[in-house]
Amino acid sequence: MLVRSLRSSLLRPRLPPSQALRAISTSSIRRQVQEITRPAIDTPLSLWNFTEEENMLRETVRRFAEDVIGPKVSKMDEEEKMDPEVIQGLFDNGLMGIETSADMGGSECSFTSAIIAVEELARVDPSVAVLCDVHNTLVNTVLRLYGSKEVQEKWLPDLATKKVGSFCLSEPASGSDAFALQTTAKLDSSGDFYTLNGSKMWISNSAEADTFLVFANVDPSKGYKGITCFVMSKDMGVEIAKKEKKLGIRASSTCLLSFDDVKIPKENIVGEVGKGYKIAIEILNEGRIGIAAQMVGLAQGAFDKSLTYAYQRKQFGKPVGEFQGMGFQFADVATEIEAARLLTYNAARLKEEGRPFTKEAAMAKYFASVIAQKAAGNAIEWAGGQGFVREVGLEKYWRDSKIGAIYEGTSNIQLETIAKFLRKEYQT
Amino acid sequence: MRPTLPRLVNILVPVKRSIDYAVKIRVASDGKGVDTNVKHSMNPFDEIAVEEAIRLREKKTTKVDNITAISIGPAKAVDTIRTALAMGADSGIHITTPENAVVEPIAVANALKKIIDDKKFDLVIMGKQAIDDDSGSTGGMLAGLLGWSQGSFASKLEVEDGGKVNVTREIDGGLEKIEAKLPMIVTTDLRLNEPRYASLPNIMKAKKKKIETFKPEDLGLDLTPRFETISVSEPPKRQGGGKVESVDELVSKMKEAGVI
Repeated sequence: MLVRSLRSSLLRPRLPPSQALRAISTSSIRRQVQEITRPAIDTPLSLWNFTEEENMLRETVRRFAEDVIGPKVSKMDEEEKMDPEVIQGLFDNGLMGIETSADMGGSECSFTSAIIAVEELARVDPSVAVLCDVHNTLVNTVLRLYGSKEVQEKWLPDLATKKVGSFCLSEPASGSDAFALQTTAKLDSSGDFYTLNGSKMWISNSAEADTFLVFANVDPSKGYKGITCFVMSKDMGVEIAKKEKKLGIRASSTCLLSFDDVKIPKENIVGEVGKGYKIAIEILNEGRIGIAAQMVGLAQGAFDKSLTYAYQRKQFGKPVGEFQGMGFQFADVATEIEAARLLTYNAARLKEEGRPFTKEAAMAKYFASVIAQKAAGNAIEWAGGQGFVREVGLEKYWRDSKIGAIYEGTSNIQLETIAKFLRKEYQT
Repeated sequence: MRPTLPRLVNILVPVKRSIDYAVKIRVASDGKGVDTNVKHSMNPFDEIAVEEAIRLREKKTTKVDNITAISIGPAKAVDTIRTALAMGADSGIHITTPENAVVEPIAVANALKKIIDDKKFDLVIMGKQAIDDDSGSTGGMLAGLLGWSQGSFASKLEVEDGGKVNVTREIDGGLEKIEAKLPMIVTTDLRLNEPRYASLPNIMKAKKKKIETFKPEDLGLDLTPRFETISVSEPPKRQGGGKVESVDELVSKMKEAGVI
């Protein structure tokens, strides 16, 4: 008797019976409706299914990363500078215009191909991966999706073949609160050009880039509805005020840019005046999947390197990797990397299918950045003293992983994004 | 006198799907082979062959008409042909063999001879050996079957207009330069070139290139192995050596071991 009343009191919310029933059933119906709207298919496949091109791309990028980038990783990190040969190699192999159409000089591949490329690059060097990721998933995609035909024809071919792109949104006073940006773009009385003034902070690729997407406000009185996206070349007046010295991804240039009465013709607007905020929100959703891929690749790279060592290093008569305690730790981290990888691939496929993917992208980025930290940190410990010295290259993964929780939307922002969806699903 | 017309050279590049060079080979559980449930890729010497064919076309010292990649192997060998296409070959031929079947060098040489007789190739560039069986015999056998010249272990290859070929060969004593005329077999050595990566645009272009598929019966070929592998085992573990104090001790130990 006592047991039954405890159980029933736990299960039933404290409402009059008729209302209680209605409360439970409405939210469960809402959830069911959401699940039903994903149409059933005849032969569902695992996430480990790729097209032939995607497989070949993975092979090419893995070999390119190991052969060409691998030997330079340490030097690029120590000198905090990207080697131009690496960038040229990315262009030569078609990795800087992955989704761009062939008639614009691109490789015309799927979004997942870009994700695979970023993952494989990150296994060897997360700095190179982020250069490729920002260039493809932010700069190229903004122009492809929102640029007019003229804008695309003018800027995409060079971006696919020889010019690095940079995405300039954040400022000293606006990071997570992106819409609080203060860079202004004042329309000249002739109506032909805008004058840009302001500064942008934490801008990746900026030291190597020639093409810049800059978000500025043409009418601060309208708040975020004045934000407009401009495309410009470096010689139009982009100044690098400062190159940051960072904890990780040191070879990736991160700079403070200043715009001092920079004149931009109105033809350089991407999309429409005042619609820049939309571009920013939508594109960062995709960019998140790219960062998730970078973190997954980073975790895997650190894991592979560390385990190779652990199964060679002998103590007490056998490789340290063979001790059960180590094996359990390997299993734990490997599980997390696989989970992060599947979250990332699934978000990428959802996007390709044209389905909503915002929540899944946020989950992928958040989770991948967390497990990358843990994987890279453990990778150092598994290799003992060797993991701690810079020469071996393991500690670099840990330093590189920290940025995962910060850029392209901090972890708190990701959690808030996911929470918003959950609120909508479960609120009565 | 009429000038001789520039000759269009048709190049055949045989490629083999073999176990990836980075894989740690393990003896299979039945003791008759190695574990093949591992990563496979194009035989590295064959990659060098594909690269050399493409470079010949790019160099333009002779006019290359067509580069065909051919593989005699199981269904998955088509991936290897695709890689060759993605590097720059124009078309592919796949002679299918049963999964896990052994295809011996003489069988490959016979198959290649049939294709060459049917489709008329002028130059065959192939790897000097495959890294799985290390036979190193297919090139020589093919040259013998066809009665063609061969330049094996090539570290440099020059083909001039008119069919004159200069091959620099890596041999034990150093480098040997030979002069020959097309048609010819050339087998590649490691230092001939450094193969390019299959760039993404080329991977996409390769989708449109054609691969012809044949069964051995279609071509009247019998590829059954003539050898049976009785056993495969790992080499014996290295025994530790000993330390000696002086040259005299070293010499006496060597005499004891019967090596001098």
